[in-house]
Amino acid sequence: MYVAVKGGERAIDNAHDWLAEERRGDPEVAELSLAQIREQMALAIHRVMAEGSLYDPDLAALAIKQSRGDLIEAIFLIRAYRTTLPRIGYSDPVETGSMICDRRISATFKDAPGGQVLGPTFDYTHRLLDFKLMADGEAPVADSAEPQTENIPRITDFLNRDGLIQTETPSDATPPDMTREPMEYPANRALRLQALTRGDEGFVLGMAYSTQRGYGRNHPFVGELRIGKVQVEMEIPELGFAIKIGEVTLTECETVNQFTGSKTEPPQFTRGYGLVFGQSERKAISMALVDRALRWKELGEDNMGAPAQDEEFVLSHSDNIQATGFLEHIKLPHYVDFQSELELIRKLRAEAMAATQKEAAE
Amino acid sequence: MTTSAMTEKARQSWMSLLSKASPERLQALLNRVADRPSHSWLRPPEIGGVMVRGRMGGTGAPFNLGEMTVTRCAVRIDSGEVGHAYVQGRDRDHAERAALVDALMQTARADDLRDAVLTPLANEVSARTQARAAKAAATKVEFFTMVRGED
Repeated sequence: MYVAVKGGERAIDNAHDWLAEERRGDPEVAELSLAQIREQMALAIHRVMAEGSLYDPDLAALAIKQSRGDLIEAIFLIRAYRTTLPRIGYSDPVETGSMICDRRISATFKDAPGGQVLGPTFDYTHRLLDFKLMADGEAPVADSAEPQTENIPRITDFLNRDGLIQTETPSDATPPDMTREPMEYPANRALRLQALTRGDEGFVLGMAYSTQRGYGRNHPFVGELRIGKVQVEMEIPELGFAIKIGEVTLTECETVNQFTGSKTEPPQFTRGYGLVFGQSERKAISMALVDRALRWKELGEDNMGAPAQDEEFVLSHSDNIQATGFLEHIKLPHYVDFQSELELIRKLRAEAMAATQKEAAE
Repeated sequence: MTTSAMTEKARQSWMSLLSKASPERLQALLNRVADRPSHSWLRPPEIGGVMVRGRMGGTGAPFNLGEMTVTRCAVRIDSGEVGHAYVQGRDRDHAERAALVDALMQTARADDLRDAVLTPLANEVSARTQARAAKAAATKVEFFTMVRGED
């Protein structure tokens, strides 16, 4: 028997009205503008753009406002929006080597050409609450110095000169696109990087941390970390040449990993790579560690059975929108499913009780 | 370089400048230009996504990083020139203004447009980039070594 249940429309409408009221909060307190969110919650904007997989700070600000600051809900809104956008094209690969860096550090070479540029970092702060921010203060002003004009060279290029690090072979192969075709395993590195860069920051961080704690250990150093703006160029078919169609802030992390050699590769340093929309070095470093862990097969390393080496496990659980969709659906009505479970349990209990009574009687 | 290659390079450069310009600034600067021609649409403004690509290790094989919003359109002005625009973001009016400038830059009024719109835009972009780079430079670490011990 199937019984259709209807109703709840009035309750749902009222719940949404109340949500709107709660979203606004106390009307005595000034309403947040999108520009305020964009300018003063910049790193939340960056996370929503990275995991929403759509670079548009204004839309990210709107999503954060609409979701009352629930960033995964905001990412959900952005993902839903991006499915409505016609795909105009694919950009040429961005040149991170000509990034205009806000920050650029290396943990491997103190005197790296281009220097250690700290940028607007939380590092070296004392992590003490700053009660001055509670008061309306004057806008702080940062110091300036003579700007660098040349591109900052890559750390891995120095190592590569001596052949001490595995080479990245340039190519113009068309990478697979998980927004166009369903994921397939085994996934190649291009597909893994696409999934990781839009993956949940917490999940990718947890996976990366597990490799540091010994589950698929790969001895990483942060060879280089850079944050800044890069130009996005695209070929325009109707014009027959490429133009810059915009600029995006990116965080790039290259790890240098110890590698003692394998059956197929000589002892050398190997690489992990992280590239993420916005300023998010926690995510970029995590991505680089997980990327490196997932490369065990091509480098001829042993599979230690570590979770971070299992690409199907990592990639099929890294997406917080898929995860939250499946997780949260269990709170929605399952009255009929549950009814059948209830009947099954009653039946099993009745049989078990009957058996016990029969034993006791014997 | 041939003349056509030079014009193509020049056009690439102004289109690139327009794509990244702030909509408010382009509007303000264009408002100062008198006698803006009327135009018809070859392609009305369309908002879409462009998949941005990166390279593994910064220099290796490409992969898909994520999308960005882009608005494109094409106009034909009264005198016949066709202007194209691909601008970052979702502002249709901004794309229209960028296409109009692109069309006008192909007419005899190019020098006026360059002085009134493109040069000020380029100067502003360069000043902003320089100011940011100067702040980054102030956070560059100067290492020094402490000499310890006798003599």
